[in-house]
Amino acid sequence: MTSVIANEAKAGKTPKAPTSDRSRAENRLALKLVAPALALMLVVTAFPMLRALYLSLFDYSLTAPDDRTFIGLTNYWTALSDGLFWRDTVTTVAIMIITVAFELVIGFAFAMVMHKVIFARGVIRTSILIPYGVITVVSGFAWQFAFSYQNGFVNSWLPFIGDDFNWFAERNSSLIAIMASEIWKTTPFMSLLLLAGLAQVSEDMLEAAKVDGATWWQRLYKVILPNMRAAIMVAVLFRALDAYRIFDNIFVMTAGANSTESISFLTYRQVIEQFQLGIGSALSVLLFLSVLVVAFIIVKLFKVNLADARQEG
Amino acid sequence: MKTDLKSKIGTGIGIAVILAWCLLPVAWIISLSFKSQDAVTNGSPGFFPSSGGGAGWSNYADVLQDPQFRRAIINSIGISLIATVLSVILATLTAYAIARLEFKGKKFVLTTALVIAMFPVVSLVGPLFDMWRTLGIYDTWPGLIIPYMSFTLPLAIWTLSAFFREIPWEMEQAAQVDGATSWQAFRKVIVPLAAPGVFTAAILTFFFAWNDFVFGISLTSTENARPIPAALSFFVGADPFNRPASLLAAGAVVATIPIVVLVLFFQRKIVAGLTAGAVKG
Repeated sequence: MTSVIANEAKAGKTPKAPTSDRSRAENRLALKLVAPALALMLVVTAFPMLRALYLSLFDYSLTAPDDRTFIGLTNYWTALSDGLFWRDTVTTVAIMIITVAFELVIGFAFAMVMHKVIFARGVIRTSILIPYGVITVVSGFAWQFAFSYQNGFVNSWLPFIGDDFNWFAERNSSLIAIMASEIWKTTPFMSLLLLAGLAQVSEDMLEAAKVDGATWWQRLYKVILPNMRAAIMVAVLFRALDAYRIFDNIFVMTAGANSTESISFLTYRQVIEQFQLGIGSALSVLLFLSVLVVAFIIVKLFKVNLADARQEG
Repeated sequence: MKTDLKSKIGTGIGIAVILAWCLLPVAWIISLSFKSQDAVTNGSPGFFPSSGGGAGWSNYADVLQDPQFRRAIINSIGISLIATVLSVILATLTAYAIARLEFKGKKFVLTTALVIAMFPVVSLVGPLFDMWRTLGIYDTWPGLIIPYMSFTLPLAIWTLSAFFREIPWEMEQAAQVDGATSWQAFRKVIVPLAAPGVFTAAILTFFFAWNDFVFGISLTSTENARPIPAALSFFVGADPFNRPASLLAAGAVVATIPIVVLVLFFQRKIVAGLTAGAVKG
């Protein structure tokens, strides 16, 4: 049915300036097609977000729902003046920067290998999707048990680590285990995005650079990377925002012990475990805003850096 | 010629590293799932079960006989499938409009989808928790299906509109010129071309729904609707230092099998979908 109307609308467009009736019909049809999806997305995101904004102005706990009182911006002040909030922000940002850096380098190396491979392409592509397909919770368990000194293998495989070293006894080593799981699971995704970017670098330019006597490194820095900047930016942006919301791995591996809590985890704990909807909503809003800031910074950063790189090249 | 050989060896090593990277932790969790509970709690470090530490299939039997776990599998399959079907239907309509029609607000739809894809899921959990309780769908299937749909729609819309944009829509008109009715032309020409894209979007959507954890643990409270990832994490027991590791490993393997089977069958489509949505979009 829809296609019939669409066809007519399309057919009417062949002369460059469409009559306003036709274009109005097309508009109306498009809105009808788009409306259900758009409505659903807004109901589950925009509306709750506005509600969070509203609730964040109250002292509101589900354990005492009748005592809801308006307190203005006090919740925000409480959150922002608490060391816990900043400690968790630092943890989150550190996890984000370190994991994305590792993923970018390893993912790029993987992409280069996959780009070259002609035989066994199917096998490699299939296996690279396995970490992507494994549930994050399962990956968290796998790595937690792997790092465990009681029943894991990591200690016995790493020569410079004692067999009874407990990774989950303190902050830094716990974070290493968490990041290992995160990096393992998402590097393949990164490498697939970069592989698509690599495919867009023209072979002719590489050949020309080779003929001109450029070394492997020169070709990488002057030809390949500048030509892939869109793909790299997309990959970094996606992964960074994803890493910033880190939750599953932390929940499974340490449950936030030893100061390994992320911002998402703090928010979850306030809302779901302690039923503090007021301060929890304030944290939700802060989490959302900080994601926007991270996105903004990455977009800005890339524009500047890449423009510089281009002028040099 | 020398460099040729060198690069061949390099590629070979690269392949080995990639394969080890991807498969090692999976092999590890499978190995763990065959260790006996006893060997694990008494400390049996090492990759493979040591002699006498094997448990055969008993961990799997235990997990599959656990009613909570069985219930979680049914929940996960049901919720993920329903969310996938509904989400792909809505996304197909939207992507069709985006690829095919000129309309006001096209940018708005795409931007909204992108923003939602980047949304910190946890920040919605509080208000949704509150809303769902008021509406009476907290801890029910719809209570999870609706959030899953809205969070898989962006991915499906972006992937599908990238696919749909490459369909030569003129072929439809050509078929009509040849005497087919509009509906025939659409069904015989466009549907077969669009089907692979729709299918890819469905697989990716299913991935997302199956993998979700945040909604799974915060919008459920009983086994009524709790999906596998959440059930696994609550399987832990009160003492986090004494988790039933080998049993959990068996549960984890069971939870992973459906996804890995999908991957093995449809790797080509998944790669195409992931990269089309992200790079070309």
